[in-house]
Amino acid sequence: MWKGRDVINILDFSRNDLEVLFEKADYMRKNQYRLKNELSDIIIGLAFFEPSTRTRMSFETAAKRLGAETVGFVSEEATSIAKGESFSDTIRMLDSYVDLIVVRHKYEGAALLASNIAEKPIINAGDGKSHHPTQAMLDLYTTKTLFNTIDGLTFAFIGDLKYSRTVSSLIFGLTAFNPKEIILISPSSLRLREEIRLVAEERGLRLREEENIEAISDADVIYVTRIQKERFPDLQEYERVRGSYRINKELLDKYAKDDAKVLHALPRIDELSRDIDDTKFQAYFTQARLGIPIRMALLSLVLKGE
Amino acid sequence: MDNGKELLVSKIANGTVIDHINASRSLIVLKILNIRGTEGFRIAIVMNAPSTRMGKKDIVKLENYYPKDEDVQKISLIAQDATINIIKDYKVIKKYKVEIPKKIKGLLRCNNPTCITRKPDEQVTSTFTLINREKIMYQCDYCGSILTENDIIKDLTGEMK
Ligand SMILES: [Zn+2]
Repeated sequence: MWKGRDVINILDFSRNDLEVLFEKADYMRKNQYRLKNELSDIIIGLAFFEPSTRTRMSFETAAKRLGAETVGFVSEEATSIAKGESFSDTIRMLDSYVDLIVVRHKYEGAALLASNIAEKPIINAGDGKSHHPTQAMLDLYTTKTLFNTIDGLTFAFIGDLKYSRTVSSLIFGLTAFNPKEIILISPSSLRLREEIRLVAEERGLRLREEENIEAISDADVIYVTRIQKERFPDLQEYERVRGSYRINKELLDKYAKDDAKVLHALPRIDELSRDIDDTKFQAYFTQARLGIPIRMALLSLVLKGE
Repeated sequence: MDNGKELLVSKIANGTVIDHINASRSLIVLKILNIRGTEGFRIAIVMNAPSTRMGKKDIVKLENYYPKDEDVQKISLIAQDATINIIKDYKVIKKYKVEIPKKIKGLLRCNNPTCITRKPDEQVTSTFTLINREKIMYQCDYCGSILTENDIIKDLTGEMK
């Protein structure tokens, strides 16, 4: 059952829920440009307390393709929050205006708090380093579209696995399926957080930690993340680490499986070389494109049901 | 009190005896209850007393003091086997074992500085869920961070800033 649900943490969604979502997304993909009446009675609030051009635009586009209106703001500076209004009060206000609220915030747990306050459904578009369920839904959907299955595949995650909510949310999402193995490739200082690992293992995922990039050789899906400078105490260490977790064509030709696919939530800096763009490995542009139908499906399911 | 060797501390007429405290934790128990001795009532602390069940244990006797529910919850987090004896006219009128709570509301502070429960001016009540009974581990319902027994002791005794 999707109608009226908050989308805070992908762990709240069963395999069946996600399969219903993927089916709906397939439908949206085929009919993307002919659905102007689906949500024509709806106003969606976009509350981006933290700037994010991509996620906001994809939600806005999805809403508009379905005929919904959007209102909202980006970043704290743009609103009265800067003048001292609390997050809770802003959510309370929006709740009385719109039919659904999409929230992004730099504090972990903000979306859950919003869902405790608001009567209307809340969609979490990223809360601190905690969750990014719609990105994970998109990543699972992309995998399903590329391989026609999620079960039995091996996933390699590369880079900053400690602070990336994209990685932790996708790993949580994978617990609803039966992937063969999850390979976690990162410097020791950026390993997956204990609290994420505990949940994943308890729910039956097989995790393997590696430090060398060659470990991508077993993977069907190679998921690349950015390593951020702020995570390192000194610049030298950052440069060294960054250099050893960069993916390019040469490396893929040498180590990757023939039909492996590279995913990345974008935007990229230099962790993902542009020379992969025209190769068979590239799937991140496909992934970006599928962001619209999956969010159309999500909005439609939450607002109108199955 | 399960052995007859309590003679070194006299019985109290009215108040509370907290028994079966993990050995050497009685001072922490007093600290989290905010009892400093300046309150005026009589306090007796027995440390490392022999116990058949625990090997060694601590006991705290508090004259004319009665713990509130929140205090009992705090005690349960520091001393999981503690028993509370309420004394009236030298008789135990109520005796119960503390129970480690499945949910803790408002009592603990999340150790993650960017947890929404720690956002200034937000006034969100923190809530934690017990995820490991043996190791005393709680998880923040908002951000997912895990508090270990040590984190909890530090938080309750005010050593965490
Ligand atoms: Zn927290």
